[in-house]
Amino acid sequence: MEKFQRFTGKVCPLDRANVDTDAIIPKQFLKSIQRTGFGPYLFDEWRYLDRGEPGMDCTHRPKNPNFVLNDPRYAGASILLTRENFGCGSSREHAPWALMDYGFRVLLAPSFADIFFNNCFKNGLLPIVLDSTTIDHLFQEATGEQALEITVDLLAQTLTTGSGEVLSFLVDPFRKHCLLEGLDEIGLTLQHAEAIRAYEQRRRAEAPWLFRATGR
Amino acid sequence: MGAKTLYEKIWDAHVVRQEEGTALLYIDRHLIHEVTSPQAFEGLRLSGRKPWRPENSLAVPDHNVPTKDRDQGIADPISRLQVETLDRNCAEFGITELPMHDPRQGIVHVIGPEQGFTLPGTTIVCGDSHTSTHGAFGALAFGIGTSEVEHVLATQCLLQRKSKTLLIQVEGTLGEGVTAKDLILAIIGTIGTAGGTGFVIEFGGPAVQALSMEGRMTLCNMAIEAGARAGLVGVDEKTIEYLRGRPFAPQRAAFEQAAKYWRTLVSDPDAQFDQVVRLDAATIAPQVTWGTSPEMVVPIHGAVPDPRAEADPVRAASFQRALDYMDLQPGTPMTAIPLDRVFIGSCTNGRIEDLRAAAAVVRGQRVADRIRQALVVPGSGLVKAQAEAEGLDQIFREAGFEWRDPGCSMCLAMNADRLEPGERCASTSNRNFEGRQGQGGRTHLVSPAMAAAAAIAGHFVDLRTG
Ligand code: SF4
Repeated sequence: MEKFQRFTGKVCPLDRANVDTDAIIPKQFLKSIQRTGFGPYLFDEWRYLDRGEPGMDCTHRPKNPNFVLNDPRYAGASILLTRENFGCGSSREHAPWALMDYGFRVLLAPSFADIFFNNCFKNGLLPIVLDSTTIDHLFQEATGEQALEITVDLLAQTLTTGSGEVLSFLVDPFRKHCLLEGLDEIGLTLQHAEAIRAYEQRRRAEAPWLFRATGR
Repeated sequence: MGAKTLYEKIWDAHVVRQEEGTALLYIDRHLIHEVTSPQAFEGLRLSGRKPWRPENSLAVPDHNVPTKDRDQGIADPISRLQVETLDRNCAEFGITELPMHDPRQGIVHVIGPEQGFTLPGTTIVCGDSHTSTHGAFGALAFGIGTSEVEHVLATQCLLQRKSKTLLIQVEGTLGEGVTAKDLILAIIGTIGTAGGTGFVIEFGGPAVQALSMEGRMTLCNMAIEAGARAGLVGVDEKTIEYLRGRPFAPQRAAFEQAAKYWRTLVSDPDAQFDQVVRLDAATIAPQVTWGTSPEMVVPIHGAVPDPRAEADPVRAASFQRALDYMDLQPGTPMTAIPLDRVFIGSCTNGRIEDLRAAAAVVRGQRVADRIRQALVVPGSGLVKAQAEAEGLDQIFREAGFEWRDPGCSMCLAMNADRLEPGERCASTSNRNFEGRQGQGGRTHLVSPAMAAAAAIAGHFVDLRTG
């Protein structure tokens, strides 16, 4: 996984609650067996006026001028500001893949859906929960004439806005550690292989039917 | 030892290692489908890792499979590649698969219980949010992302934070014509789509105990739609009888030994939940969603709500956006909404009991002229065979329904079954998100009997009053 330490970027305000993973990356793109290449299809149904299909060259597709990602003010944005319950719906990791592939590294919202939130951390995408008042305030700043820039410092757990305002945020210590170091979680777990085997041995004595589920 | 909730019992039995704030949790059962697994297998290959315990995984293609002319294979080359990739990965890594042409193939959450792969007291994961379905068996079952699929394949474990517990206690009895689907839609209407965030929900009370296993699966299936990590129902004799003799369940003496343990899988009477919500089943009517989120739901005798009546501006704006997308006017009675298509199927309502309920409404009637297509897609090959043995396919066909092969189908429209822009569909699935059933398509979630009644009438009807 890519390391995440300190990062400065432009904020794109997506003023919708309950943005679901079907909206983030529609199902026809999930047919891919790759992890990359989803960026051009991020928010496909909102972003383009035609029907998106996998493999399409998106440079000439008609864009929806009313969708915020198409607003020239937010070109090159890498921080997505949005509303509650972002990422609800399916477990597709294609959603964080698409956001990352587009160029987003940080998400700011009052709340995130559970599986999506987990998936972000596995990919070096940082979802930050802020209270609704702060989010409202950031929406005001981000929708002004001048795009809002924010510096995110994961180690210090702070956000610094262009005007010098400093906000702090919470993050789980283990996830923070993994992101800062860009750690491979599977490798970490395999360091406990002995403990896993010991558990299996104990469990096999108590509940032998749990093992070899399909192997008969 | 203090009193424990069911969730705590299962959790405690699976902790391999406790770390600060998180636990390494052992995973007993891993279900795999073609959409969320290719990158996980590729990850294994790239890192030179092997599956830790491949015999505890079961794979099935369901999302991309065609529901007709299956003998001709999959027409869409990208879908075909994804399904073939699953076949290849399972063969390479030694994982049991029920491939597309296997008579047992079906939607992953239908075949898990059907095969007895899903067992009480186990931890079950799948790269699919509706894994919550299996909680109906008193199992801790939840959806994971592809990175976690790879993690489980490689280690048979996951790092997990303990959730809070929410008990939804449903007193009384559901009325005639009111099903598990209506109950869960009413619950989501009450607590909201984020109401369960951070929680594992246990469904309890007499109305839940009275449900069949199929009904309990419908209930737990949509726990994720309330934002919960998982849904749970305590084990009783129905749970145990459902599993007896299933192919992957323990057999004979081992079954009895397991059943003894399974009977302990209920919350202790004085166990403490972090939160409790109580509902009276008798007050619940058949439900219909009107918007683009499952919480946007009203009883069948209700009407499309008015966003101007919402105090919260964010909520009012999302109501208005939903009405625009759904092309509905505030105040329209739900029964006045005309339909173009009807879909009966999915992991929410594609089991035999669902098909029986729909067929009972359809028997001897005709699908309304204005309905362009009415589809019945059984949840699995075995459900299909059972329905055919009971003559349900005949009833549907004679009424003008199409009788298809098992798969996810128009629940998410990854295969050829989909809505055209602007089409309106009564669907027994679980998500009414924008574009879910096809770009620009409009979805109303209902129970199988309500979908069947709507197909006959051409619009929604209260099946209790006709
Ligand atoms: S039926 Fe629908 S919800 Fe269920 S697994 Fe398939 S796509 Fe997902």
